[in-house]
Amino acid sequence: MAVSTRVTAEGAPISGRRNFLGWAIFLALVGIGLWWGIASGHCEQHLSGWVRLSTTGLTLGAIYAMIALGYTMVYGVLQLLNFAHSEVFMIGTFAGLYTITKLFGVTGSKYPNGVGGVFLVAVLLGAILLAGLASGITAVVMERLAYRPLRKGGASRLGYLITAIGVSLFLSNLFLLLDGQTHLGLPFKWPAIAGRAPLAYPETMKLTNVFRIFGVPIQNRQILVIAVAVVMLLILDFFVYRTQAGMGIRAVAEDPETASLMGVNITAIIVITFFVGGLMAGGAGLLYGVFFGEAQFNIGFLPGIKAFTAAVLGGIGNVRGAMLGGLLLGLIENLGVACIGIQWQPVIAFAVLVLVLMFRPTGLLGEQVGG
Amino acid sequence: MAKDTNKGLESQAEAAQEATPDSSREVVGRAPSGVGGLTGWYRGATQPIRDAFQDAGTRFDKLPQPYRYAVIAAVIAAFALVPFILHATLGIQAAYWLNVTDKIGIAALLALGLNVVVGYAGLLDLGYVAFFAVGAYSYALLTQAARYSVLIETQTAQATALAQKIKPVWHEYFWLYFFAALAIALLAGVLLGAPTLRLRGDYLAIVTLGFGEIIRDTANNLHTVVGGPRGVFNLPHPAIGSYDFGLQNEPYYWLLLGIIVTWIFLLMRLNRSRIGRAWAAIREDELAAAAMGVSTIRMKLWAFAIGASVASFGGVVYASKIIFISPDSFRLFGGDFASVIILAMVVLGGMGGIAGPIVGAALLVFLPERFRVVGDARFMLFGLALVVVMILRPQGLIPSRRRAAELKGGEVRETTVFEAREHGA
Repeated sequence: MAVSTRVTAEGAPISGRRNFLGWAIFLALVGIGLWWGIASGHCEQHLSGWVRLSTTGLTLGAIYAMIALGYTMVYGVLQLLNFAHSEVFMIGTFAGLYTITKLFGVTGSKYPNGVGGVFLVAVLLGAILLAGLASGITAVVMERLAYRPLRKGGASRLGYLITAIGVSLFLSNLFLLLDGQTHLGLPFKWPAIAGRAPLAYPETMKLTNVFRIFGVPIQNRQILVIAVAVVMLLILDFFVYRTQAGMGIRAVAEDPETASLMGVNITAIIVITFFVGGLMAGGAGLLYGVFFGEAQFNIGFLPGIKAFTAAVLGGIGNVRGAMLGGLLLGLIENLGVACIGIQWQPVIAFAVLVLVLMFRPTGLLGEQVGG
Repeated sequence: MAKDTNKGLESQAEAAQEATPDSSREVVGRAPSGVGGLTGWYRGATQPIRDAFQDAGTRFDKLPQPYRYAVIAAVIAAFALVPFILHATLGIQAAYWLNVTDKIGIAALLALGLNVVVGYAGLLDLGYVAFFAVGAYSYALLTQAARYSVLIETQTAQATALAQKIKPVWHEYFWLYFFAALAIALLAGVLLGAPTLRLRGDYLAIVTLGFGEIIRDTANNLHTVVGGPRGVFNLPHPAIGSYDFGLQNEPYYWLLLGIIVTWIFLLMRLNRSRIGRAWAAIREDELAAAAMGVSTIRMKLWAFAIGASVASFGGVVYASKIIFISPDSFRLFGGDFASVIILAMVVLGGMGGIAGPIVGAALLVFLPERFRVVGDARFMLFGLALVVVMILRPQGLIPSRRRAAELKGGEVRETTVFEAREHGA
C-alpha cells in the first residue's frame, strides 16, 4: 500500500526491491560467524542449548511484538516516537496483577498449586481484558492531556519527543511513589499500589513441562504466552486490514490530509490508535508478569526499548513488520547470548537497532508513515 | 495536522525579530492552543519577568564595547566571590551549599554541552551522560586509578606493592588529563556520531539512548579494567604544584567557573561562526541546508564532538572531586546527572542560548536540595515539568530569540519523497 509510492534513489519502490545478493552475503557471513563460534568453543556447544534459547527467544519475541504494535501504529499516524508506551506496558503488568490477586482472589497462600481448569481460563481472560483496558485508557488519557494540546499548538518534532519523555518519566516515577508512604510533604499517605520494590505475581499457573523438543522441556507458561500473543496479533491484523477503523488508521498513516478530505475523523482515529496500541501493550504486560512473575515501576524500560527496536527492524508504521520484528528480535537477542554471554544481552538489542538503522533504515518490510 | 504553515512569513518574522528584538515577540506567537485560559494566565503572570530579562538584554547590547567588557568582568568576579559570600552569610552550613554550587557547576557544564547538540544543531541526544562517563573513566584510566582499585581489590601482597608504585605519579599531570580526556571524548563523539547521524531525529534519539546504555553496560562488564559494577575508587584529586585540591569545595568551584567561562566564550564564538550558522540551518531545515551546500553530516559530527568534549570536562572534574565513579553514576534515569535530567535542564532553561541551560541547571540542582521533601518525587516532577513546559512554553524560561521563533512557529516537519529517498539510498 503506502510503500509503493515511496521510491529509492534508483527509482525502485523500497519494499519491492529484492536484494537477494545482499541477503545471501549477509546470511553467509552470519553462518560463517556461527560456525567459527561453535567450532572454536566460544558458542553454546549443544543443540539443546540452542533450542532452549530459541524457545525463550520466541516467547519474549511474542511479547515484544505485542508492545511494538503500539509504537509502530502511533508512529505511523503521528510520527511520534511514543516513549511513554513502555509505561503503558508497565501499567498493564500492575493492572493484571491486581485483577488476579484482588478481583479473583488468587494469592500464593490460597492456591499454593496454582489454579486450574475453567477458573484458570477465566482468571487469565479477565486479567488480559482488564490489563488491556487499563493500558488502553492510560494511552488515551495520555494522548488527550499531553499530545493533543501539542498538536493543536503545532509543536516541532523535538517538542513531541521531549513531551513523550516527560510523560514516561512522570508515569514510571508516579508508580515509584505509590508505595503507601507520605511524599512531597503532603498530609496523606499515597495509595500503596506499586513502590520501589518489585511485587510478585502469584503462581497462577503451576509451572509444568508440557512436552520436550530435543530434550528441552517446553513449559506451559511459554505455550500460554505464545498462544495468547498469536491470537491477539491475529485479531489485531484483522482489525487493521479488514475493518473500517483499521482502514482509517492506514489512511491517516499514509496521508492525513487526504484522509481527512475523504471524511476520516483524524482525531477519532488517533484516539483509536492509542487505545488499540495500549490494549496490546496491556495484554503484553500481563503475559510478561505471568512469565517473569513480577511487576515493578521501571519494568517497562527495557521491553519498551526493545519493542521499539523491533518496530524499526520490521519497518516503522508497518503492523505486520512489527510482529515479524518482535519475534526476530527476541530470537536474535537470545541466540546472541549463546555466543557472547548473558551479561551482554542488553547490548545485543541496541547493536541490532544501530545495524538495522545503518544498513536498512526502512526495516525489513518497509516503513509506512504518513507525512 | 497543522503543517504547511507559511514558511515565508515565519522567516520574515524571524528576520524582524533579529532586527528589533523587543518589539516583535508576538509576531511569531502561535495561535491560542487547546490550553486556552491557562496559557493566557501564564503569559500574564510571567510578563514582567520576561520584560525585565529582555530589557537587560537590549540595554546590554547597546552599551559601548569597553563597558560591555566591564560588565562581563564584573559578573565573572561576582560569581568568583560566591564562596566568600556563602561563608559570610551561611556560617556553618556554607560547606554544604558550596558542595551544591559545585554540583551546579558540573550540571551547568553538562547542560551547556548538551545545548550544543540539542539547542544549536537540533539533534536529540538521549545518551549524553555517556560522554560524561567517557570523561570520568578516561581520567580513571589515565591516572591508573582504575588499575589501582582493581589491584587493591585482589588484596594480594604484590598487588598492594604495585598499587603503591602507581600512586605517586598522580598529581603531576592533572592538567594533561584534562586535555587527554577531551581528546578521547572528541574521538568518542565522532565514533558514536559517525554511524548514527544519518538517521532522522527520533531514530537518533533512540540510538543515542542505546549507546548510553551500551557504554554503561560495557563499564559494568569490564571487571578487570574499570572494576565492573564496583567502580573505581581512590581517584586522585587535582593539584597545582604542591597545592592539593583535596576535599575542599572552593577550588573546584573556581576551576569549574574558569572552565564554564572559557566554554561560554568559545561556544558564543562558535555559534556566530560559519559552523554555528550551519547548525542553525540544519536545525531549521536539513534538506534546504544540504541543498545550500552545508555539509550536514560533518556539521552534525562537529556538534556531537564538541558536546562530547564539554561533557568530558565535567566528567574529569566530577571524578576528581568525588574520587569514586561506578557505572551507576551514569544512568539514563537516576543519579545526579542522568541524561534525562540534563535534557530537562536544557529544555526548561531554554534551548539554543547560553543563559537558559545554566539557569536550568542551577534550578534543577538547587530546588531538590532546598526542598528535600521532594526526595523521590524529583523525577516525577521533572517529567511533569517537561510536559507542561512543552505545552505552555516550548522555548523554555530564557529562550534564545531564534530558537523561540522556531519552536513556537507551528511547523511540523513532514517526511517527503526526498527524505524517503535519502533513507532508501
